[in-house]
Formats: sequence, C-alpha cells, structure tokens
Amino acid sequence: MAGDSHATETTEHATDAAHGAADAAHAAEGAGMPQLDFSTFPNQIFWLIVTILAIYFILTKVALPRIASVLAERNGTITNDIAAAEELKLKAVEAEKAYQKALAEARSEAQKIAAEARSAIKDELDVATAKADAEIAAKSAESAARIAEIRDSALASIETVAKDTAGEIVSVLGRPVDAEAVAASVDAQLKGGA
Amino acid sequence: MADEAHGGGISIHPMDQFVVKPLFGGDTVHWYTITNVTLWMAITVLAVVLLLVVGSRGRAIIPTRAQSMAELAYGFVYKMVEDVAGKDALKFFPYIMTLFMFIVFANMLGLLPMAFTTTSHIAVTAILALAVFITVTVVGFVKNGAKFLELFWVKSAPLPLRPVLAVIEIISYFVRPVSHSIRLGGNMMAGHAVIKVFAGFAAVTAIAPFSILAITAIYGLEVLVAFIQAYVFTILTCVYLKDALHPSH
Repeated sequence: MAGDSHATETTEHATDAAHGAADAAHAAEGAGMPQLDFSTFPNQIFWLIVTILAIYFILTKVALPRIASVLAERNGTITNDIAAAEELKLKAVEAEKAYQKALAEARSEAQKIAAEARSAIKDELDVATAKADAEIAAKSAESAARIAEIRDSALASIETVAKDTAGEIVSVLGRPVDAEAVAASVDAQLKGGA
Repeated sequence: MADEAHGGGISIHPMDQFVVKPLFGGDTVHWYTITNVTLWMAITVLAVVLLLVVGSRGRAIIPTRAQSMAELAYGFVYKMVEDVAGKDALKFFPYIMTLFMFIVFANMLGLLPMAFTTTSHIAVTAILALAVFITVTVVGFVKNGAKFLELFWVKSAPLPLRPVLAVIEIISYFVRPVSHSIRLGGNMMAGHAVIKVFAGFAAVTAIAPFSILAITAIYGLEVLVAFIQAYVFTILTCVYLKDALHPSH
C-alpha cells in the first residue's frame, strides 16, 4: 500500500515536472488563484474585445435584422390572416342571408303558382260541372216528358181496356150492353179509384 | 504545494482548470498569444453564430426548432430591455443582446467537461462590467447633461439627509462595476471549483458514491446558475441603462 502510494506520487511528480514552467508560475501566485495572475490579463482582455466585437458585428449585421424581419413578417401574416378570416366570416353571413332570402322568395313564388293553378283548375271544374249539370237537367227533363207520355198513353190504354172488359163482362152476364153507360161507369170508377 | 495536496492519496487542484495556457507551446502569455481563452471564446462565437445565424437562416414563417430558439432568445432580451429600461433604450438592444449571448454561452460551454470557463475570470467580467459602467455614465451625461447628477440627489428625502444620501449614492454608483463583475466571475469560479473538489474526493472508494451524487447535483445547480448569472448581468445592465436615461428618482 505504502509502496503503491509512493509510486503514484513519483509518477505525479514526474508529470508535475513535465508541466514545468506553467506550474512554476502557478506556484508563484501563492494563493493559487489563476484569476489573480495579472500576467494573463492583457491576453484575456484582448481576446474578450475581439470576441465581443465579433459577436456584436454578427448580431447587428446578420442575426438581429433577420430575426426582426422574420418576427415582423410573421406578425403581419397573422394580422392579415385574421383580417381575411373576419372578411370571409362576414361573406359567409351575407351568403346565408342571401340564401335565406332566395329561399323565402322561392317559397312565396311556389305558393303563388300553386294558388293560381288551384284557381284555374277550380274555374275549369266549375264550367265542366255547370255543363254537366245542364246536360243532366236536360236529360232528366226529356226523360220526365217521356215518362209522362208513357204514363198518359198507359192511362188511355187502361180506360179503353177497362171499358172493353166491362162491356164484355156485361155481355157475358147476358145483359144488353149499353156502351154509353158502361163508359160512364168506368170513367166514374177510374176517377174514384184514382 | 503539490506534495501538500497529495496527502491521503487525494489530489485536488480545483483551481487548475482556470489556468490560462498557451495552446501551441511556449511559456509566456503575451497579449496576442493564442491561449485556451482564445479557443473557448472562439467556440462561444461559433455557438452564437450557430444559434442566431444558422438557426434563423430559413427565415420561415413557421419556424424550425433552431429558429424558434433563436427567436426565443431575441424575444427574451428584447422584452427585458423594453420592460426594464424602457422603449428609448431599445437602440442599445444589440449591445445588451451581445452581452447576454456571450455570457450565457460562455457560462454554458464552461460546464462541458475539460472546458475553460472564460467568464470565471475577473479580467473578463471586469471588462464587461466596466464597459457597461462607462457606456451608462457617458449615455447619462450625453442625454441629460448635468441633470444626470440628480441621480445622486434624492429629492424624496428630507433636505438635511440629502447630502448624506448623495455620498452613499455616489459610493454605490462606483461600486456597481465591482459587484457587477465579481458576482458573475465569483459564481462561475465557485461552482466549478466545488465540482472539481468533489471530483477529487471521488478517488477515495468510500466517499465516491456520495461524491458522484454531489457532482451531479451541483452540476444541475450550475446549469441553473450559468443561465441566472447571465440573466442577472443583463438585467442589471438594463437597470443601469434606465438610470442613465431617466435619472430622476
């Protein structure tokens, strides 16, 4: 164990020796703070100024204008898109209004046409009905006349038949037939019967 | 020094990660030497380019994931400047965005294993804070002239108290860059050092499970701190800027 640690120390001593002057300078600082090693200050300050100027020029010449323009462009695009969306929304509302209006117009038009058609049909129907009624009336009057005629002729026939039959019956009963009396009696019977 | 740290088989060098080293050999660090500072600052610039330039290259109305993140970062800082410092501070937005992107990426990249955290150095944060301090002071005087001094003359206080308050206000004004820079640098350094210390303890079998759990927990906390410190640095910059633009209380 002791030998091991001794070996480590010797190798590290060798490394330290290899570091040489850097470590010597390091040791010379005493407190061991490289931050307080003023000999490196000019170097750090020089390279810091170079770095800061480099970053400043890169930012002002390239990066910042580019990012600013991208951000402005995006804001513009978003504003435009929102405006376009508003416009489209208004258009949609208008289109809906127009559609509703057209629909209402079409409906009233349809109602008008239907009413017209209905009245036209009704007129035609009335005419036809009147015509049919007239025809029916004419036909029925004709029929009534014929019926009356038939009835009259039938009645006349009945009178003749009745007189003849009555004369025959009387003759069959063996009585002299008085045609005048038979006819009068039949007439009287018919009238009373009627 | 190395021998002391080696006691008990544990070797802990929590501060070694902060050493500034030349990348291509050599011992001395001149102002122009290419060091690990250079490397990690370059990676930071690359990360910023990757997010903000490459990420937004599509310029899409409907953003990709990378573009949303770039836009999110932009919107986050833009809104912060607008809300905290006011609309007239928006011309400083690129400057504040630069600060925020640099600090947030430097902090986050510093959390990668083996990485060098540039913002853990007081040299870096002090320059950032001083730049903000000088900018704010110059803007304050240019915009308001002598009226900028009203910032130190608290009108809502009773007259006898005002000179006393003025002294306190002036001291606090000049302490601003110090607290501004040490807050960021200190947070970064402390977190990384603590992780390193626990990592050192992980070499001992008995403590290793606890040590690894602790590293995990602190790493999670450090991710939070890395973002929050970038946010705090930026929002304080906005607050100072607001004072410069509207100095009267």
